[in-house]
Amino acid sequence: MAKTPAAVIGVGQTHHRARRDDVSMAGLCREAMDRALEDAGLTLDEVDAIVVGKAPDLFEGVMMPELFLAEALGAAGKPLLRVHTAGSVGGSTAIVASSLVQAGVHQTVLTVAYEKQSESNAMWALSVPVPFNMPVHAGAGGYFAPHVRSYIRRSGAPTHIGAVVAAKDRTNALKNPYAHLHNEGTTVESVLASQMLWDPIRYDETCPSSDGACALVIAAEDVAARSADPAWIHGTVMRSEATTAAERDQVNPQASRDAAAYLWKQAGITSPIDEIDAAEIYVPFSWFEPMWLESLGFAAEGEGWKLTEAGETAMDGRIPVNCSGGVLSSNPIGASGMLRFGEAALQVRGRAGEHQVDGARRALGHAYGGGSQFFAMWVVGSEKPTG
Amino acid sequence: MSRTLSAPVTVAFDYTRSTGPVIGRFLTGLRDGVVVGARTSDGRVVVPPPEFDPVTHRATGGDGGDPYVEVGPEGTVTSWVWVPEPVKAQPLDRPFAWALVTLDGADVPLLHALDVASPDEASTGMRVRVRWAAERVGAITDIACFEPVEAGSGGLATGAGAPSATTVDGPVTGVVTPVSLDYVYAASPEESAFYRAIAEGRIVGQRCPHCGKVYVPPRSACPADGTPTTDEVELSETGTVTTFCIVNVPFLGQRITPPYVSAYVLLDGADIAFLHLILDCPAEDVHMGMRVKAVWKPREEWGTTIENISHFAPTGEPDADYETYRNHL
Repeated sequence: MAKTPAAVIGVGQTHHRARRDDVSMAGLCREAMDRALEDAGLTLDEVDAIVVGKAPDLFEGVMMPELFLAEALGAAGKPLLRVHTAGSVGGSTAIVASSLVQAGVHQTVLTVAYEKQSESNAMWALSVPVPFNMPVHAGAGGYFAPHVRSYIRRSGAPTHIGAVVAAKDRTNALKNPYAHLHNEGTTVESVLASQMLWDPIRYDETCPSSDGACALVIAAEDVAARSADPAWIHGTVMRSEATTAAERDQVNPQASRDAAAYLWKQAGITSPIDEIDAAEIYVPFSWFEPMWLESLGFAAEGEGWKLTEAGETAMDGRIPVNCSGGVLSSNPIGASGMLRFGEAALQVRGRAGEHQVDGARRALGHAYGGGSQFFAMWVVGSEKPTG
Repeated sequence: MSRTLSAPVTVAFDYTRSTGPVIGRFLTGLRDGVVVGARTSDGRVVVPPPEFDPVTHRATGGDGGDPYVEVGPEGTVTSWVWVPEPVKAQPLDRPFAWALVTLDGADVPLLHALDVASPDEASTGMRVRVRWAAERVGAITDIACFEPVEAGSGGLATGAGAPSATTVDGPVTGVVTPVSLDYVYAASPEESAFYRAIAEGRIVGQRCPHCGKVYVPPRSACPADGTPTTDEVELSETGTVTTFCIVNVPFLGQRITPPYVSAYVLLDGADIAFLHLILDCPAEDVHMGMRVKAVWKPREEWGTTIENISHFAPTGEPDADYETYRNHL
């Protein structure tokens, strides 16, 4: 049986900041939800189900926060689901919500993802020593830095490519009023001059720690038909793989390649770089831009950095990547994936404001999580999918 | 001897919770010695005030009005349960009751501790009142507990009377929530065999019976085919640095002082690299393909831990050929 066509008809996000001391977790979620509902022209009473996502509970120290959040999220009397897939959770959560609509279970689903990093310390939470093991873990940066080094070795990329990405994303963020970092005057030189944190990753090549939330309203064809500018869902995919395995490719994981191939097939895309107008790719450390460009098929293996270096991932390039400023400019971890999905929707709705890519018709939203082991992606378009 | 090794782990952190304006208003009230609820759209007075109206979903106080209602320090027990053996961090260190107390002026009950000596002294319908904490800081623990109204009749000795002024001003916007969890970490049988061998100065991997890959430490489920690794393979103390990072950043809970090199070491004969420290050379000299060997701590310091190997150090051999480790990057 064919899927019911579904579309994003509302997108909302908070102003992401290092500390949102002015709101509780519930208040943070509702700020994004209320904006998404206003955008969709709906009220909470018109929503059939709520799907919530956030990263590991140790980040805020609240076990199963969906329990205490249920009433504030307007979920009383409705189905409420929580999704867990580490850093990719914002993407996975949006896909679970869209699946409920595409499967014909619900007409209108509201999905929200959040993180309130100021309540704790993610670096600590990701580095709790495990007995008998060597205590060399050093947060997400410490985990990914060796694999970035592997990418540089395998691709032969010049060592300043990461700085090119960081300068571009931080400059894009100046056009996004919701972005956490608004660092004027970030240049390749200033990034290269910043402190080396986890060699080869520098301070300015690293995502910030943010409080924030993102929410989407996803509706079936009949409801979406009333929207002036729906972002139609052309394809969704999730894939996972083992954290560690003999000869596992952590630079270009099998699950990532498989997910991308299936996504493009669903969306009828044969040449992603020619057919995707804007991409929001999960890049928490700058080097992941060229790494994912290759894994996603925008460039051949070992060639991703050439697109970055040539400026082809800038807003006026062949494949604009992270026009919103990306994860490098705002990282409320649980929400970061949904922000990618939501920003992709904004692009094809023509609603991305100053960071709009002119005439964007199809966009990619992408998230990954864990030790590069969970992948979630979607393609949204301004036209209803055919077939 | 147990088949598996285990060890205690404590995960503890003082979380800093933002209350938002509504819960902040409630906690500010407690600090100032009053209990504050809010009137919801259906006319009920709810304590603590809900952040969002359960019917209209609007933010409490968000429309500019004043929904807050001061409720009485006395109320009626609507239900209760006896706690014969209090545990750490509960409000009282002697047997007590958890009670649902509907305060005078409120329509729904608040859960808190009730200080009575035995279950015979607790009953549904009994009148109770707030016993304030000696020092109030803007937290739910500012209510030390509830106590029977009779207990304080004729005097203010229990502290239930007019609360003293506090020295702190301004609204409460946050609370600190210390969390401490004690776990017992259990290693798998395969890992346990590895750590027991390490305690004898040997590095023992296991080969997957299906795919033939040598895992170190061994696995209870080979990631490729799901079977436990079985055949023991004694591994060399030498290996190759595949990739690495130099950790320059200090962080909470860090056990090694930065800067340090955290490297994937592919032992000769193994099919998977594991993370360890590289020392005995400047960090900037560490490179991919560098040959290294295990440096053990003095034997009297050994236990069933990978930390018996203090670190890996350069062997001085020529670098490994890229082809020997490229599939491990």
